[in-house]
Amino acid sequence: MTNSRFRLVMLVAAAVFAGAFTYACQSSSGPAAGAGDAASDVYVAPGDYDEFYAFMSGGFSGNVTVHGLPSGRLIKTIAVFSQYPENSWGYSEETKNMLNTSFGMIPWDDAHHPQLSQTDGIPDGRWLFINGNNTPRVARIDLSKFETEEILEIPNSAGNHASPFITPNSEYVIASTRFSVPIPQADVPISTFKENFSGTLSFIRADRPGEMDIAFQIHVPGFDYDIAHSGRQVSDGWAFFTTYNTEQEHTLLEVNASQADKDFVAAVNWRRAETCVAEEAGRLVPGQYVHNVMGEDRIGRSELRNSVRMIEPADCSDMIYFLPTPKSPHGVDVDPTGEYIVAGGKLATTIPVHSFSKMIDAIANERFETVINGIPVLEYEAVLAGEVQEPGLGPLHTEFDANGNAYTSMFISSEIVKWKLGTWEVLDRQEAYYSTGHLMIPGGDSSEPFGKYVVALNKITKDRYLPTGPELAHSAQLIDISGDNMRLLLDFPTMGEPHYAQGLPAELVTANQVQMFDLTENSNPHATLQESDARIERAGNTVHVYMTTIRSHFAPDNIEGVMVGDTVLFHVTNLEQDWDVPHGFAVIGARNSELLVMPGETRTLRWVPQRVGVFPFYCTDFCSALHQEMQGYVRVSPRGSNPTISFGTGD
Amino acid sequence: MQTKAYKHPVRFVILVFLAVSAAACGGGGDPPDAGASDVSAAPAAVAGNGLTAVELEQGIGPIRDLDLGDVDGSLAAAGGEIFAVKCSACHKLGERYVGPDLSTVTGQRTPEYIMNMILGPEEMVARHPEAKKLFAEFNYTPMANQQLTEEDARAVLEYLRQVGAENPGAQN
Repeated sequence: MTNSRFRLVMLVAAAVFAGAFTYACQSSSGPAAGAGDAASDVYVAPGDYDEFYAFMSGGFSGNVTVHGLPSGRLIKTIAVFSQYPENSWGYSEETKNMLNTSFGMIPWDDAHHPQLSQTDGIPDGRWLFINGNNTPRVARIDLSKFETEEILEIPNSAGNHASPFITPNSEYVIASTRFSVPIPQADVPISTFKENFSGTLSFIRADRPGEMDIAFQIHVPGFDYDIAHSGRQVSDGWAFFTTYNTEQEHTLLEVNASQADKDFVAAVNWRRAETCVAEEAGRLVPGQYVHNVMGEDRIGRSELRNSVRMIEPADCSDMIYFLPTPKSPHGVDVDPTGEYIVAGGKLATTIPVHSFSKMIDAIANERFETVINGIPVLEYEAVLAGEVQEPGLGPLHTEFDANGNAYTSMFISSEIVKWKLGTWEVLDRQEAYYSTGHLMIPGGDSSEPFGKYVVALNKITKDRYLPTGPELAHSAQLIDISGDNMRLLLDFPTMGEPHYAQGLPAELVTANQVQMFDLTENSNPHATLQESDARIERAGNTVHVYMTTIRSHFAPDNIEGVMVGDTVLFHVTNLEQDWDVPHGFAVIGARNSELLVMPGETRTLRWVPQRVGVFPFYCTDFCSALHQEMQGYVRVSPRGSNPTISFGTGD
Repeated sequence: MQTKAYKHPVRFVILVFLAVSAAACGGGGDPPDAGASDVSAAPAAVAGNGLTAVELEQGIGPIRDLDLGDVDGSLAAAGGEIFAVKCSACHKLGERYVGPDLSTVTGQRTPEYIMNMILGPEEMVARHPEAKKLFAEFNYTPMANQQLTEEDARAVLEYLRQVGAENPGAQN
């Protein structure tokens, strides 16, 4: 830099400094420094909280991740369908039943669509539901504890993708089979698809904690059923599902299922279906499925159920209609008023928007093109509200703000398109990096969008982060939607593949937080509520170790009397009664995981010692300055040596 | 490309100067902290540790000037049950364990100090010279806050008074 240029820079800097100083001292309530630049808009100062919680599906990780917005910080992984050694979910004796299915214990799933519970169509912060796609399941997560409390398997389903979309008062979460299959399952040639394969739409009771169940299923033609959303406000009482492969092909679907100009949105009047169920329409069909619930004693228990009520459309008139929709539609999204039903025809050149009120009129006037399996197909023109012309390529999913605007992801052209409900004009475009799938606006699929941001959940990452070998973290992007034009603020990485997400103002969740479990209410039958009760009991080849933890020791911490091949059950009770003081427990050779025991809680680890010797166990969660001293030994004697049981701490 | 702000050096300069100038404004609009942590403003403060004479005697916390009668046997029994669940993992009576022997504590500390220590061990260990001394003596093992209510802590005090009465030789 030359001297004169340096002087010029200093002069400018001094002027800026003076201006800035004056400005800063004049205004204590004005905009923050650098307002309007992306960095300060996403900056959450150390010690401050984010404004929103964002719940991201963990995709093929099987879990849910929780991020703060606008910072994008990852603040929690909630174990759901996948074993999670970090906190022994699915490994500890108390939690492993939660992953039971009619196929046995399945330690993994593919989680796609989180849905917050709603009251009057507005997210209420009580629960989060999410689907398991591969082994059809729906989970309910309690947001006072950020813990999975209930998992229900879905029978007569294969590929539980259009799930678990919630109704406005959380009456149901809805689900469908993505893949049509023989129902009931049967040994038939795959080539008999058109004769033998069909689908189901499921309505799962969701507003009674611990009592989730399949209220009824609707038997539908052998298409693929893709995504869903419930009606709201004027369309409350209805649910909408997209279909593709109405060609009913069974091989090379990427070619064969893309032939028809239009597939369908299935519109289901679930209040009408309830009436039919009350009149005992349909029949009980066999179908094994498992219901898992975490009890008041914090122990997961499973129950096998054997049948489900199935309604044929022909047996319940006025329950279900097909709305022709171009072309292989993916998402179906209902605007905050409930009037507009937006379908993302992923191969379509427009975004078709159906009108709920026109649909009701078309039904009343019997504007039917045809009838398929007892399901009337309405005329496209009779239900269409409008089409967004030339929105981009590959429209998938739409979210809404509170000002009558819609935001649609364009997978192929890799952008987000903002358009106006009613006029269908495109207002703005924002490039996305790269290939956006779902979008999420906090409350953006409810009656009352909270707005402010849209999060793009991108499928392709490429060059957005430092390279990490062949596999890259999926990229999410935060975009400001508070002004007329969208403004990209932030990239942040996510876990697994986040499909859909949900967001809401933090205070709806923080108000109900559980910080610990009351020791005096611990009803685990293997709890040890005071250190003087710590002990060891042998019952045949099983050895129960009743153990307590507090900063920073185990009781007992010296254990003798165990033999090779015994089943040792360490029942560890954390006697702490303060927030953020879990203790861990790990023992060498354990073929499952550690335990992570919350204050006041009891968790049990199964351990089968294989070798003679003296083996250490220790606390895994750094608990105090003497955490490294929180250890113990268990002596393992030869099989058949019948050693004397002895135990103690500090003796 | 997508973001522009940090490509421009002047923007960064502005940010830095704004930060500097905000600091320089020095308390322009903020009301003074009225909290009790302002040592110099507390007339009764004892030099050196920042505590008042009452805090030194009765501990830091909500409990002040208890009026105790004879030991209430049923209250002491209730306190004994709470002690077993919430305290006994670290305190034994008659011997030093993870924490101090409490069989004689009522002869060594005021009842208010005992209850304040139960209710707010974090602040006691951070600020009270006697508690700090014990914290160091016991290898910096934190005394756990076991979320006792004032009622619970009062019962535990009664239990410790009963235990103390059974150890008269240890009373000061």
